[in-house]
Amino acid sequence: MDMPTPNPDILRRRDAVLQQLLEVLPQDAVIHDAAETLAYECDALTAYKCPPMLAVLPATTQQVSDVLRICHAEGVPVVPRGSGTSLAGGALPTADCVILGIARMNEVLETDYDNRYIRVQTGRTNLSVTGAVEEEDFFYAPDPSSQLACAIAGNVAMNSGGAHCLKYGVTTNNLLGVTMVLMDGSVVEIGGAHLDAGGLDLLGVVCGSEGQLGVVTEATLRILRKPEGARPVLIGFDDNEVAGHCVSDIIKSGILPVAIEFMDTLCIRACENFAKAGYPDCTALLIIEVEGSEAEIDYQLSKIVEIAKRHNPVEIRESQSPEESAKIWLGRKSAFGAMGQMNDYMCLDGTIPVSSLPEVLRRIGEMSQDYGLPVGNVFHAGDGNMHPLILFDANKPGDLEKCEAFGADILRLCVDVGGCLTGEHGVGVEKRDLMTHQYAPQDLEAQMAIKDVFDPKWLLNPAKVFPLDASASRRDVRLAAE
Amino acid sequence: MKPKTETELAEMVAGLSHPVRIAGGGTRGIGGPDATIHTAGLSGITLYEPGALTLVAQAGTPLAEIEAALEAEGQQLPFEPMDHRGLLGTGGEPTIGGVVAANISGPRRIQAGACRDFLLGVRYVDGKGQMIKNGGRVMKNVTGYDLVKLMAGSWGTLGILTEVSLKVLPKPESTATLAVQVADAEDAVQAMSAALKSPFEVNGAAYDPQDGRTYLRIEGFSDSVSYRLGQLRSVLTGFGEVKEIPDPADLWQDLRDVKPFQSLDGDVWRISVKPSDAPDVSMHLAADQLLFDWGGGLIWARVSQGTDLRARLGALDGHATLVRAGADTIEILGQFQPELAEVKALTRGLRQRFDPRGLFNPGLMG
Repeated sequence: MDMPTPNPDILRRRDAVLQQLLEVLPQDAVIHDAAETLAYECDALTAYKCPPMLAVLPATTQQVSDVLRICHAEGVPVVPRGSGTSLAGGALPTADCVILGIARMNEVLETDYDNRYIRVQTGRTNLSVTGAVEEEDFFYAPDPSSQLACAIAGNVAMNSGGAHCLKYGVTTNNLLGVTMVLMDGSVVEIGGAHLDAGGLDLLGVVCGSEGQLGVVTEATLRILRKPEGARPVLIGFDDNEVAGHCVSDIIKSGILPVAIEFMDTLCIRACENFAKAGYPDCTALLIIEVEGSEAEIDYQLSKIVEIAKRHNPVEIRESQSPEESAKIWLGRKSAFGAMGQMNDYMCLDGTIPVSSLPEVLRRIGEMSQDYGLPVGNVFHAGDGNMHPLILFDANKPGDLEKCEAFGADILRLCVDVGGCLTGEHGVGVEKRDLMTHQYAPQDLEAQMAIKDVFDPKWLLNPAKVFPLDASASRRDVRLAAE
Repeated sequence: MKPKTETELAEMVAGLSHPVRIAGGGTRGIGGPDATIHTAGLSGITLYEPGALTLVAQAGTPLAEIEAALEAEGQQLPFEPMDHRGLLGTGGEPTIGGVVAANISGPRRIQAGACRDFLLGVRYVDGKGQMIKNGGRVMKNVTGYDLVKLMAGSWGTLGILTEVSLKVLPKPESTATLAVQVADAEDAVQAMSAALKSPFEVNGAAYDPQDGRTYLRIEGFSDSVSYRLGQLRSVLTGFGEVKEIPDPADLWQDLRDVKPFQSLDGDVWRISVKPSDAPDVSMHLAADQLLFDWGGGLIWARVSQGTDLRARLGALDGHATLVRAGADTIEILGQFQPELAEVKALTRGLRQRFDPRGLFNPGLMG
C-alpha cells in the first residue's frame, strides 16, 4: 500500500503553520510534540502507520472553521478523525498532514421526542447517542460493532451500518441534517429536522464521503421508539448452503427480522470461548432477532422455526431471558476481538447478493486452502454483507502480503458475483486500489468531480478512496500551485 | 427522441446541440424545452430476486409493471410513490425512472423511508454522453461516493437515468386505520406525534382539516395489527373520538395522491417542515385548503393562483415546492425552494460538472 510522498515544502513550513494554529486554538488543543502525535499514527487498521505533522482537537465549529481556513491557505492536507476506529484506514495520516480530531465535540445539543430527532456534536460516540435518549425509551438505530467507541463523525463519513440495519437501515437512512465545514472554512447547513432535501440531496452524498468533502461537526439524527421487546433465536446447520437457503426462505415468507447474522465454525468457536453464549458447535449458525410485543415475537419466531425445520437444522434454540439475549449479542459483536485473540487478522466487508452466498463461501474455502491462511466468516446474512476474517501472523515475514492478496481476491469475487468491495467499513486506503475492479474510469471520474466541487484543492483526506494514480492529476494540481 | 438502449441514448446526448426536457411517462408535470428525450424505450425488469428483496429495472419501465411483478410475489415498493396524474391533470404512464428522479414518496415515508432510502444503484447518462454507474444491487454498499442518493430527487438535472436497483419489502398481511376526530391542526399534530412516539409502528399519520380527522395506519401480520391497534387506541385517548376505518386502502391512496385537492382550482404547494412547526406554518399560509401528511411534516396547501407562498412563510426551516401552477407563476417563483448561498454554490458546481453544457431540464431546480 502506497501513500503519497510527503511534500517537503509543507514540512519546511511546519512551525509557521503551528504558530497560526496556536493563534486560533487553546494550547492544549494543538499537538505537536513528536511523542504525542504518535497517538494519531493509525486507526483500527493498524497494519499501516504514519505520525501526522500536527494534530488539533477543536472544541467548536468555529475552531474547526479556523483550522481549515488556515490549512487551506497554507495548502496543508487535513485528515479528519472521529474516534479512530476505522477498519479501512480512513483516518490514516500522511507525514505532511494535520489530523483534525473531533473528540472534544461530544455534546448533545437538542433532544426532541415529539419530532423524533436528536442533534449532537459529532465527536459523540454512537452508543452514547442512544444513552442520551434511553430514559425515554428511544434509541439511535445504526449499531456498528464498535459502537461503544466509534464517533458519529466517523459513522457519517463511512455511512456505517451494523447488525440491525436489515430493518432500520444504515447511517444515511437515519441522518436528517448536518453542519459541515468546507475546506475553505465556510460553514454549510444541510438538511435539518424536516424530511428530504428541497433541492439536490447533498446530505446523501456527504454521508459516506469518507471525510473528503467536509468536516461534519453537528448532526441531526433520527431517533426511534424502542420496540416493546426483542428476542433472538439460534439455528445451527451442518451445511452453509442450507443455512443460506433458510435465510432466503425466511425473507420470502414476509417476515422481516431486525437482524439475521451468520457465523461459521471457526467464528462460532472463537466467540463461544469469548462470550460463553451457548452457541451450538456446528458448520453454520444463524442468529435471527425479531421485535415487538411478547405475542408478536412468539408468532414471528414460530414462523421462523417452522421454516428452519424444513432445512434440517442441527439445533434450534430461542433465548430464554434478556440476559441470554445479551450474551448471544455480546458473542456476535465480539467476533473481531475473539478472532484477534487467536492471531492477527484482517477483516473484510464486501457485500454479495444473498443468492450467491453458498458459492462465495465455497470459493473462500478453496482460496483459504490455496493461500494456506485460515479464514472465519461472520456476517449480516439478511443483507449479504460478508465479514471474512483472515488470520495471519504479522511477525512472520510475507504473511501480511499473502493475507492482503487473499483479501483482494475475496473482494474481487464479491464484485464479480454482483456485489461490492465494502458494505459498511468504507474504502479508506485499504480498498482504494481495488476500486477499478468495481468502477470504470468514467464512474470514478464522476465521483471525483464531486470532490472537485466541495474541495477544489483536494486537501481533505486526499489519499483515500480513489486509486492514487486516478487522483494524481488532481492532487498534483494542488502541489504545482504551491 | 426515444432511444431504445443506453448506448443509443448516450450517443444522442453527445450529439445534442440544444437543451432538452427529460420525460419518463411525463406525469409529474415539469416544464422546459419542447425537445424531449423520452425514456419509455428503455423498459423492462432486468432482475428480480424476491429472496434477496431486490429488483432491477430499466428507467422507462412502467411503475404498474413493477408493482404487478412485486404483487405476484407478495412484495411492494415500501415508499408508496404518489401518482401525480389526478392532481396535475396529466396523462401518460408513470415510470420507475420518473419516480426515482423526483424521489417520490407517499405516506409510509414517515416510517419506512423515502424512495432514495430504497434505491440501491443507478445507471445514467451524464451531460457529456457518458454512461455512468453508481451503487449496485446489494443492500449495503459504501464503495465510493453515494451518487445514488444524489441522483434520486435530482429531477434529471444531473443525468438521464437508464437503470435503477431497488430494495423492496414484503407486503403486509393486514392493514388497519384509526381516525381521531380533532379540533385543529395543533391537536392533530399532537395526536400524530403521540402515535409516532409509541412503539406500535404507526406507518401513516395524516390529517384532513376538511373533515377534522387524523388518520393513523398500522400494518403487519393480522394478530399483530389487532394487538397494536388496541394499544394505539389507548395512546390516543384524550385526543378525541377514535373510530376504526373499515377497508382503509382507498383512503391512503387518496391521501397519497392529494385527492381532496383534485378538480379544485388554484396553485398547489408542498411544504416540508419539522412536524411540530406545522400548525404555526399552516396558519401563516392562509391557504384555501390544507392537507397534512407525515405526522405534520408534509403540508399540502391549495392557494389562489399566483400566490407567493414563500413570501408568506418568510424564513423557513424546511422547504416549499410549487407543485401545480401556471407557467407564468412557475417562471416567477420557481418550483423549488431557493437555496442558501453556500448550498447554492455547491449545487451549481455539481450541475456544472455533471451537465457542463446545461442540456438537462434547464430552469428546473434553480
